[in-house]
Amino acid sequence: MSEVVLQEVAKHYGPAVVVQNMSLRIADGELISLLGPSGCGKTTTLRMIGGFVDATSGKITVGGRDVTGLPPNRRNMGFVFQNYALFPHMTIAQNVAFGLEMRKVNRADAEKKVQEALARVRLAQYADRLPKQLSGGQQQRVALARALVIEPDVLLLDEPLSNLDASLRQEMKIEIRQLQQSLGLTTIFVTHDQDEAMSTSDRMVLMYNGKVEQIGSPDELYNQPRSAFAARFLGVPNLLPGRIVQGSFEMEGGTALRLAGQKQLVGNCFLALRPEVIGISAEAVEGENNLSGTVEIMTYHGAAVEYQLRTDAGLTLTARAVAPGLGGPEVLPKGAKAWLHWPASAGVIVSEH
Amino acid sequence: MSGASANNTRWAYTLFSSLVIGFILLPLVFIVWMSFFSNKILSFPPQGYTLDWYTRAWELSDFRNGFFLSFRTSMIATLVALVLGLPASFALVRGRFAGRDLVNTLLMSPIVVPAIVGGSAIFVFFLEIEFLTGIQVAGSSLGLIMAHSLIALPWMIRLVTTSMISVNPSIEEAASSLGAGPLTIFFRITLPVIKPGVIAGSLFAFVNSFIDLEKSIFLVGPNSTTLQIALINYLEWNFDSTIGAVATVQISLITLLLLITDRYVKLSRAF
Repeated sequence: MSEVVLQEVAKHYGPAVVVQNMSLRIADGELISLLGPSGCGKTTTLRMIGGFVDATSGKITVGGRDVTGLPPNRRNMGFVFQNYALFPHMTIAQNVAFGLEMRKVNRADAEKKVQEALARVRLAQYADRLPKQLSGGQQQRVALARALVIEPDVLLLDEPLSNLDASLRQEMKIEIRQLQQSLGLTTIFVTHDQDEAMSTSDRMVLMYNGKVEQIGSPDELYNQPRSAFAARFLGVPNLLPGRIVQGSFEMEGGTALRLAGQKQLVGNCFLALRPEVIGISAEAVEGENNLSGTVEIMTYHGAAVEYQLRTDAGLTLTARAVAPGLGGPEVLPKGAKAWLHWPASAGVIVSEH
Repeated sequence: MSGASANNTRWAYTLFSSLVIGFILLPLVFIVWMSFFSNKILSFPPQGYTLDWYTRAWELSDFRNGFFLSFRTSMIATLVALVLGLPASFALVRGRFAGRDLVNTLLMSPIVVPAIVGGSAIFVFFLEIEFLTGIQVAGSSLGLIMAHSLIALPWMIRLVTTSMISVNPSIEEAASSLGAGPLTIFFRITLPVIKPGVIAGSLFAFVNSFIDLEKSIFLVGPNSTTLQIALINYLEWNFDSTIGAVATVQISLITLLLLITDRYVKLSRAF
């Protein structure tokens, strides 16, 4: 069992509070991501778990064992760094063997484990090369093999994909997820990329200003962001300011929009609308919320068409529609008048800030 | 038209580079050449060639002993600079403490202060120590080694910090997470990575200590002169090719050191 528990963990640098009383329980075998903009405290939290940063207060346990005061070399955690951090003077095999050597594993066993670890990341044939002879993606796979070969209790990943190009990132994302699941390894993944977090994690921890903003499954976070910050960070561009009046949403300017469910918030709030829930048509649609506007920008993506429209009230909204295809209806050109519409259940009320 | 001007540029560039290289090498070439002249007094043109000056340089005990004293002093000074300089560089590069820039400047100051000023200051300081404690430092080999360590230290620190700055601190953290303690990390990870810097630093420390004249001149005792002081003393009464022979030996020794070092570590990587 290697459940990781953070109890009221905080980090202060003088008067600056980087992480505020953070409590978190990461289940055995779970992959959780710490997500947030730079400076939100996600990396500091990870480094406190890894032992590179001392917590100012609070307690960190792994499988019931208190590791709070332990140095990194006594925590048995695998750490993968954004910049790979391979030992430049050692071959790939020596890099991977280093942790086993520190554990005094005998040579024959170590050699076998190194080979297995390299085979697992499909780099067995590079064992005798030096790190600088490998590409970034290969180096990061070596770093992964090196962290995994010691059979750590926990795997910590600090922005492991940020230095890779887009297609490699996609590939590595899948690889990390598969390895993590096949090994059943408790993993904490720090990233600033919501897409990375969503596609790899069991649960996501969205952080802001040293605090947890929202915790939930990728599905929950995407579909039910709690705040305007969460909605924006998870890629919802449309936030309509207003407030709840008698069970419906009153936009600034007075237009009332229908809501389904959740109407508890009082005072000013936002109605969050994902671009794909907004439909566009020439006529208003009966039974849905409708706003009229003008197409300002039309971007053709092949599979989808993205419109940026300005409503008559002056709000800018983004809508994404499936591209009509050849022979289908014409896409709307810039300057065209159109109706934006969405079902009452598609809007999510989020708090301010 | 543009081809011709590119040609002219290249020609000018080659000429300029050759002149600079010639300017650097010519004195060395002349010294080596003149060390073989058979003229009794150093002059042009050579009347013949001989190896006598080399035997003479070896037979003069001032040169022979001077060489060994210089060599020993520089070796010890380099070791002292290594022992003090490595941790100092580590602290300067990795540490976050008040007054770090000040300490850095302070450690570089022996290079900045004119050697003759530094030498006289050290001399006066040693005299004060002797006055207060009765222990004679000036003129002793301890005093000489201390002064030479000051010559060696800035070179060591400058070159080691330069190569340490280029080390990715994450590799030390990675080693730590893999189970290595601080000493293991230093000897297995950090030191091998900064090795070119350490070797280049040692080399520069050694050479600069070896060729020092100004600081040593205050600090040597009777009958224990360094090689450079022996040269100056000799030049006071003689003007023959012995000094050329001594200089040639020095040039060869330093060149040899550079070549041997370069075989094992690429010195260019240290900068």
